Amino acid sequence: MFGAGGGTNSYGEVEKTDVILLWGSNARETHPIFFHHVLKGVHNGARLFAIDPRRTSSARWADSWLGLDVGTDIVVSNAVAREIIAAGLHDRDFIAHATTGFREFAESVESFTLEYAERESGVPAQAIREMAHAYATAKRAIICWTLGITEHHNAVDNVTSLINLALLTGHVGKYGSGLNPLRGQNNVQGGGDMGALPDRLPGFQHVEVDAFREKFNRKWNATVPPKRGWNLTGMFHAMETGELKTLYVIGENPLQSEADRNRTESLLKSLDFLVVQDIYLTPTGELADVVLPAGAGWCESEGTVTNSERRVQRVRKAKEPPAGALDDIEILFELAKRLGHDWGKPCSKDIWDELRSLSPVHSGITYERLDTGHGLQWPCWDEAHPGEMYLHSRLWEKPLNGPPVSFTPVAHDPPVEPLTPEFPLRLTTGRRLDDYNTGVQTSGFSSPLRRGETLDLCPEDARSLGVRDGEIVRVISRRGAIEAPVRATQSLRPGLAFMTFHFQDKVNTNILTIDETDPKAGTAEFKACAIRVERLGS
Amino acid sequence: MDIKVTGPEPTEAEKKAVDAVLGSAESAWAGGKRDLEREGRISLLGGNRARSMRDQLLPAFHAVQERFGWIPPGAFNYICKRLTVPPAEAYGVATFFHLFSMEHRPPTEVHVCEDIACRIKGSGALCENLEKKYEGSQSVGVRKSPCLGLCESAPAALILRSGESDPSGNGFGGGAIGEATPEKIQASLDSGKYSDQNWEWLTHAVPQMGESQLRLLSRIGSVDPASVEDYHIQGGFEGLAKAFAIGPAATIAEVIASGLMGRGGAAFPTGKKWEAVAQAKGDTKYVVCNADESEPGTFKDRVIMEGDPLSLIEGILIAALATGAKKGFIYIRGEYPLAIARVRSAIDAVRAAGIIGENIQGTGLSFDIEIRKGAGAYICGEETALFNSIEGKRGEPRNKPPFPVHVGLFNKPTVINNVETLANIPWILRMGGAAYSAIGTGNSKGQKLFCVSGHVKKPGVYETPFGITLRELITLAGGTSGSAPIKAVLLGGAAGAFVGPEHLDVPLTFEGTRAIGATLGSGVVMVFDQTTDLGDILVRIAAFFRDESCGQCVPCRVGAIRQEELIARLRRGEPNGSAADEVALLGEIAQVMRDASICGLGHTASGAIQSALRLFGNDVVVGARS
Repeated sequence: MFGAGGGTNSYGEVEKTDVILLWGSNARETHPIFFHHVLKGVHNGARLFAIDPRRTSSARWADSWLGLDVGTDIVVSNAVAREIIAAGLHDRDFIAHATTGFREFAESVESFTLEYAERESGVPAQAIREMAHAYATAKRAIICWTLGITEHHNAVDNVTSLINLALLTGHVGKYGSGLNPLRGQNNVQGGGDMGALPDRLPGFQHVEVDAFREKFNRKWNATVPPKRGWNLTGMFHAMETGELKTLYVIGENPLQSEADRNRTESLLKSLDFLVVQDIYLTPTGELADVVLPAGAGWCESEGTVTNSERRVQRVRKAKEPPAGALDDIEILFELAKRLGHDWGKPCSKDIWDELRSLSPVHSGITYERLDTGHGLQWPCWDEAHPGEMYLHSRLWEKPLNGPPVSFTPVAHDPPVEPLTPEFPLRLTTGRRLDDYNTGVQTSGFSSPLRRGETLDLCPEDARSLGVRDGEIVRVISRRGAIEAPVRATQSLRPGLAFMTFHFQDKVNTNILTIDETDPKAGTAEFKACAIRVERLGS
Repeated sequence: MDIKVTGPEPTEAEKKAVDAVLGSAESAWAGGKRDLEREGRISLLGGNRARSMRDQLLPAFHAVQERFGWIPPGAFNYICKRLTVPPAEAYGVATFFHLFSMEHRPPTEVHVCEDIACRIKGSGALCENLEKKYEGSQSVGVRKSPCLGLCESAPAALILRSGESDPSGNGFGGGAIGEATPEKIQASLDSGKYSDQNWEWLTHAVPQMGESQLRLLSRIGSVDPASVEDYHIQGGFEGLAKAFAIGPAATIAEVIASGLMGRGGAAFPTGKKWEAVAQAKGDTKYVVCNADESEPGTFKDRVIMEGDPLSLIEGILIAALATGAKKGFIYIRGEYPLAIARVRSAIDAVRAAGIIGENIQGTGLSFDIEIRKGAGAYICGEETALFNSIEGKRGEPRNKPPFPVHVGLFNKPTVINNVETLANIPWILRMGGAAYSAIGTGNSKGQKLFCVSGHVKKPGVYETPFGITLRELITLAGGTSGSAPIKAVLLGGAAGAFVGPEHLDVPLTFEGTRAIGATLGSGVVMVFDQTTDLGDILVRIAAFFRDESCGQCVPCRVGAIRQEELIARLRRGEPNGSAADEVALLGEIAQVMRDASICGLGHTASGAIQSALRLFGNDVVVGARS
């Protein structure tokens, strides 16, 4: 909606804001460093709202928790919008100055009354109303979200509905106000910035825009294909149709991280040729024809990473990779040479300078500047530019600098898999503090907090199923069945179950999850599938 | 907050004891019943509101301690859940205070004072005797205690009883025993009656009772401490009425004009403090009364609170009116059950009379007072440690600046004054600042309370205008109790200094004592005759500071231990190297503690010992045993 993908605020701003909506995010456990900044904000008096089906450890820090049903985020956000408009709390000046499509948007949310929202999402109307008023009347307000918003079949709509709230209240483009997706790794942002997206060249320059492509063609003395590629979901689809025969995986473990593991496995096995480049021999690597051992990014590699606040920071090689492993760029350069293109000796600074010459937002970020400060935030247009603390300040410039931003009405679309008498429980998946994703980087270390995989249920459900804490049960979805021990927790309510996907070697959670993906972003609906639970031997 | 509590669940009795202070739990997350209808989709208690209850931590611990005699783990866990305090932090707080026990203790405990005034009156033998007598008893425990503030009745003991209700029916769990003997203590244990409930109790504490020149002590013995009417008849609330009439600015002007200096020991001009708070930004301000009277040898504040608590409350009300505070706290040490009960009754009485509360007498002003009970920590007499204690934290002093007038209790501008200081305020308003400042000498204005104890005939609290000499004061107290001449006088308590008989003519003023390298401190005048083993006193003073150092600053935490060890080695006659080397080392430790500790405890922990060494030479430590 704004053109570039990135959090609009800096970490420091969340410490100085007045209202924080933490939507679909258990940042306390999954983004613990960012959560420190949230806590500073909280200690400085900010009101924290947590919108999450579970009362997570993050939600326990919140002044208010809204325990909505899985997949009803748009119901709540549209109801917030309607309430703000109905109470006359929207920022009329900002809307007139910097946006288009308000009237259509207002009409689209008209039916999302508080009563309807309560019925559909389960959250008491009063709680939604309070959040709407707090957000709209705050001097500064920030919305943060994570996978609770994006791991749905309608991920983009979910994000759009939150952006609508910011446009409605003018909480964007200002210090302490904005929209911030929290990134799952130190360099997810950097990966996208560098063009590891199916439709973008480095610096978010669209591959289907001729002028952008021309620039790269000239610099690289090669021809960039003029059409977008596949996203991950698209690739698996292409494997299914036989269009995709060869796959080169760098630093991913799709066998364990993708929804519907049985399907993933058969597709990966059907490939003609699979190359995996990783720091460990992952289960995906075990399926590969060729495995390229890589150095660890944080200590055996030279280059930069970019965090969620768009801050580019230097990474320096502290040690050589173990024998047989190489830094990722060395592998790529070597591969290029074997394919007949000698790029010379790999040098991270040269690569960075090439990026600067091609990506305007990175132009001003030199290695020399990175060496002397605490990193720089893009956009940084030239070497005198200090970098932008927050994005989209142009929306407040008078007259408006650039095109207005449009509201985008979105409709509620419940999870693909409904609950039925046969599969009566809603399973949602997520992560815990002491483990990371499929465990490639964390399972090698012990943790006093780690308790292994469990099927988390509320005490009431555990009781009605007649299962004890720790008892191993069979968990069944339409796609498969696994066994896991039960853990009763009061952070859940009847009908809602929770699992992680940290321990796939032992408990293959993604055998259960559904591979229904968002048509625009390709993310799968990890957050909502339907299951039933059976006692063993029954 | 996402706190993690493991271990035992509370029993019904434990819950009941905690709920009696905190009310019943509203949320399953705070130890209440899970009700999905109410709490399945929202948080009933969360965020800033959940975290804002931490100041109830000490009251909750007190409730459990008073019910069970210790803090059982189930009750502890329940308190953590109720108040959203992480167990590790709560444990740090509970173990900071002497009067809380995390281990099982007998339901009744006899605390025997082992501090200086009681020590020279045989408390050591008394304690040994009691320990033998109650050895192995499941119902009665014996503990040595730092100064109980009962020095006029040495040797003293304090009985604290736990249980469902106080067997004496007095509404407070125990009482003080003056001039204690094993027989008296047993009698109290049997009857539930204590010395401090006798009508002579205050007569004994105030030998000048009824004399016409008294101001601060004038009503003690003649006023009903819980009667607003009685207090009124005896001139009470005249000061408050004056303050109402002239307004905040003029009230502060009167206090500045009076020249009143704080009576807690630091002697800061009270009016200046008020003025700073009145000028500080913000709507929320507090008045805090420091009634954590723990300096060994000090008991004047106790006497005011037991005998004329309404004068203290009037002082607080005037301070609140002058500075715009809407809430007051009186932080009373936990070893003063009678004072706590009397002040509580007095607060209830003024509330019932509409003198405090919402919209006081139609003025549109609101003010209320709350008592907070200390739990046995000398350091909490330090003003910022006291704030932390009220806030439910370990009683560790804060760095200054910022000063309390800007960043005080709950980080708000705060007036904090000692009991005696506040009791002076109604007089200043009644007389006018100028008239008040005509009393006294140089920088020492008004009348002063002295806590006279030790080898004198009539120990007690004495009130005189500033200017009286040490000799005159001792004479007022009946002179020495025995035939032996005076060996030394301890001025200012354990944090003060010894002076020799050559200084008996020093005027007891701020400037007079400073001129001879001593301090007036909290008004302690403890007299020792030639029969006293001063070395034993020094051993005790060293042990006292080792016990009471909060441990925050390394020089004080380590220095207090090293000081005690050095004194012990000298006392045993086993110095490392020569005695002179050891004394030099003591001097160095004293210097480091003074230079590098953040609060007065570290600054003064070596003062009395150093003064004794200066006065009497190294042999003083070996004392009578040589």
